[in-house]
Amino acid sequence: MEMRELTCIGCPLGCSLTVTMEEQTITVTGNTCSRGEAYAKKEVTDPTRIVTSSVKVEGGVIAKASVKTSSDIPKGKIFECMKEIRACVVKAPVRIGDVVIANCAGTGVSVVATKDVECL
Amino acid sequence: MIYHDLVIIGGGPAGLSAAVAAKESGLDDILIIERDYVLGGILNQCIHNGFGLHTFKEELTGPEYASRYIAMVKQLEIPYQLNSTVLDINKEKEITVVSSENGLETIKAKAIILAMGCRERPRGALNIPGLRPAGIYTAGTAQRLVNIEGHMVGKEVVILGSGDIGLIMARRMTLEGAKVKVVAELMPYSGGLKRNIVQCLNDFDIPLKLSHTVINIDGKKRVTGITLAEVGPDRKPIPGTEEYYSCDTLLLSCGLIPENELTKQIGASMNPVTSGPMVNDRLETDVEGIFACGNVLHVHDLVDYVSEEAALAGKNAAEYIVNEKAMTDEKETNVIKLKAENGVCYTVPQSIETSTMADKLTVRFRVADVFENRSICVYYDGKRISKKKKRVLAPGEMEQVVLLKTSLEEYPDLKEIVIRTEEES
Repeated sequence: MEMRELTCIGCPLGCSLTVTMEEQTITVTGNTCSRGEAYAKKEVTDPTRIVTSSVKVEGGVIAKASVKTSSDIPKGKIFECMKEIRACVVKAPVRIGDVVIANCAGTGVSVVATKDVECL
Repeated sequence: MIYHDLVIIGGGPAGLSAAVAAKESGLDDILIIERDYVLGGILNQCIHNGFGLHTFKEELTGPEYASRYIAMVKQLEIPYQLNSTVLDINKEKEITVVSSENGLETIKAKAIILAMGCRERPRGALNIPGLRPAGIYTAGTAQRLVNIEGHMVGKEVVILGSGDIGLIMARRMTLEGAKVKVVAELMPYSGGLKRNIVQCLNDFDIPLKLSHTVINIDGKKRVTGITLAEVGPDRKPIPGTEEYYSCDTLLLSCGLIPENELTKQIGASMNPVTSGPMVNDRLETDVEGIFACGNVLHVHDLVDYVSEEAALAGKNAAEYIVNEKAMTDEKETNVIKLKAENGVCYTVPQSIETSTMADKLTVRFRVADVFENRSICVYYDGKRISKKKKRVLAPGEMEQVVLLKTSLEEYPDLKEIVIRTEEES
């Protein structure tokens, strides 16, 4: 049996949740509503996050273009993903939605630009 | 002298939304003045997601949220002037503006919307003892350097203040390869949103020390370390609790201050709690025809609320210009004062003029402390009109009550509305 303490992020209440995992059964206590239970179950089985960062731009009016993963990726892949983002260099102009890295860190998720950067 | 109907000072989220709403209310002659080289304001450096859930029903990053409003401004062909700094505004609504392109100019407006946003509280305003080496940044300055200008500001970081920008920067610095050793917060609660504590600190095992502050900064040329100490209820350091952290960077996320130098030059009355101007239900200051919205009025938690508030200022400014005559003639109005009490810090607006009040008015405010099981109560001249139970209230989250014109009309001699928290028995 494994137990984990979490803080629910579903709303400003921020309930303290206790998750008990026993074989295939997951029990959540401390939640006020069903959203807390859903959050806790996802968080202990398949936690995911959207990663936002910025990549170097060559020949742009600013040095960096902001980017995000186009959907959430496994939490455990965040730093692998960041390694590729930090190595990435794009050429101006950059448009919102441009794919700057396809299939980032083998997640199957693309990294896309979230800012227009014009040429210098 | 250049003439315009409406001039909006600031092209950030408030200014953009105000401009769009004014244009959509039928006003044509509008000018936005922005001191940066792009529109969008602070959103351009807020590259994290979580913006727009109310306005666009989707989760956007800051630059994406800004681009939606910039696209609206461009589509509506609203003129804007970049790289231009407003130096002075007077009661006659004459705006002195300077730019490299046009030099010094004076613009006379029929109405003005103040949308200059806010500024971070700097080290000089925090009274932290110790040396003055390089490596001390406000969190927002570091955010700009990392996210836009591409300079990493340090390798080993301590953050003072747990406001949202501090929390966001703890994650950002970690993702960029820095080691964030600790986030210290003077108060016994965080000033940031709960989701940011989970996603920015807990995800990366960054400790948050509540009731702690920096009592010394070490380093001659560059920061080499800082000393933290626990503080008591009087917020003074407790001897014997000192802890030393070696680091090369200290980020400060210790509050935001509305940027109201121009507002004070005009001579508008200020609210000492919000550090913004006093406004009525039309978001008009006590200088006729000068409106305010966004973080210059009071610091918001969500940009979505800024857009909503600014749209109201834009619509009202447009109506003021179109109906100028009608409104000055109609002086038969009852002015109701709004008062914050018992745990409510302030209200925006601070007064209501019944003759011009819209059908529905959103009154925004913040609470003074973390409260559990309290109600938000509204009183009309001492009579309780509404009571809404809240399980948790926190200073980091803006609250609101909606007042209906029909409800106010039932009390024609109403002088004062009180908004207060009350403990649940």
